[in-house]
Amino acid sequence: MKYMLLMYADESKGSQTPEEQQAHAPETWYALMEEMKAAGVLVSNNGLSPVANATTVRVREGKALITDGPFAETHEQLGGFFLLNCKDLDEALRWAAKIPSATLGSIEVRPLWSPDA
Amino acid sequence: MRNIGHEMSATTKIEKTFREEHGRVLAALIGQLGDFELAEDALQDALVNALERWQMDGVPRNPGAWLMTVAKRRAIDRLRHSKFEEHNPTILESLKQEELEMDDSLPDDRLKLMFTCCHPALALEAQVALTMHTLGGLSTPEVARAFLVSEPTMAQLLARARKKIRDTGIPYRVPPADLLPERLDALLAVIYLIFNEGYVATSGDSLTRQELCREAIRLCDILVDLLPQEAEARGLLALMLLHDSRREARVTPTGELVLLEDQDRTLWDSAKIQKGMAVLDEAIALRSPGPYQVQAAISALHTEASTATETDWNQIALLYDTLAKMTPSIVVAVNRAVAIAMVRGMQEGLKMLLQLEDQAESFYPYHAARADLLRRTNQREAAADAYRRALELCNNKMERAYLQHRLDEMLNLIQ
Repeated sequence: MKYMLLMYADESKGSQTPEEQQAHAPETWYALMEEMKAAGVLVSNNGLSPVANATTVRVREGKALITDGPFAETHEQLGGFFLLNCKDLDEALRWAAKIPSATLGSIEVRPLWSPDA
Repeated sequence: MRNIGHEMSATTKIEKTFREEHGRVLAALIGQLGDFELAEDALQDALVNALERWQMDGVPRNPGAWLMTVAKRRAIDRLRHSKFEEHNPTILESLKQEELEMDDSLPDDRLKLMFTCCHPALALEAQVALTMHTLGGLSTPEVARAFLVSEPTMAQLLARARKKIRDTGIPYRVPPADLLPERLDALLAVIYLIFNEGYVATSGDSLTRQELCREAIRLCDILVDLLPQEAEARGLLALMLLHDSRREARVTPTGELVLLEDQDRTLWDSAKIQKGMAVLDEAIALRSPGPYQVQAAISALHTEASTATETDWNQIALLYDTLAKMTPSIVVAVNRAVAIAMVRGMQEGLKMLLQLEDQAESFYPYHAARADLLRRTNQREAAADAYRRALELCNNKMERAYLQHRLDEMLNLIQ
């Protein structure tokens, strides 16, 4: 089953505490990606540019309404994702707990949409 | 009259059998079908069938195998008549190929079912409801009554939980060793919650309540059988048995709460006490202490005292120290203060309670405990104030009646 691991965190927080530094260190992320590849679960992953660069589109009565910013103001923002192929939810949750930013923000784990569901 | 009595007992016997077999048959069926919903529907069909047949022919020698066989046939029927076949032809094939004869050996998958129902990805209330429904064999209306929600609400809650299990790939298995401790903790917490729902009796009729306690004890009993090396599972079983042994004594026939020290100890259920003590000994022998075992040991010390004054408060206070280190909480801290009051004097206990005031201000047992210690030291006005504050915060009908009674008593003495 394919699981999307959505990473949320407060992007205004810097790298002050040792925990924050650890979570932001590129080596930590590379190591995790290598581990995922070696386990054969990684389908794809990426990070997002900050919400300041977000533009929201809504189509109403045939017209595209374009606004600056994310669709909702939240105190944690979507910052990136991992798409993994796991055998069950427990495996996906295990990987989620290994994501460096899980110590600062939260990881939402959701299976991809399927026609049976 | 005799005839009706006979018929009633036949139905009662069938219902009892259903309850006993439900968890095991369903667990095996889910294992085979790989589909929670289909298994439940098929078993439901089989139960309807059984109710008709067994009333005529009597309960078969191996009711579990009977239900399993019929449920499998019904699952095939259901698969044939649904769009499901398109998605899942493999299940149907495997079922068709199997010899659908009476098979006496039913695999015991109940542990898998317990862990699946209590998976942390499900909301706690869904875990509790699902466990009671699938393993306890309580019908949707029965679970709804226990939760004080409407039947459609409960049906929806259960359906959503089942859907999440299927759609998100919650595994049907006993967790691997590294996950087992935390998952077992969650499972024990659900069982204890079911017990407390019955024991603390926030509302609802006492019969349903009693059944909840019995059910929790039965589930824990099964769990102990399946995981004999887990000391805390035994600890919880001992704790519930010891608590439940006082059921008759802790409420008057008119529904008033009786405190431990005022209970008629001859009403305590000695069979349950004996079993509880034996289970606790087995737990301790496994040498892996935990909070349920400590609480059971505290309960056992109360049980061993033939009168309230003989209670070994010194030992109880020490056990609360241990418990406070294992699971620090405000409940434990308040109970510890009470135990210390009984050992070192009321003033000492009151002093300890005062230190908890900031954290415990909105917690009624804190005020109730304080009121009690103040009453015992004849500080009647302060006691009355504390009872009043406890009453403001308490929602439990029985406890409220007790607090009100004490408050009236204080007010009478002040006048």
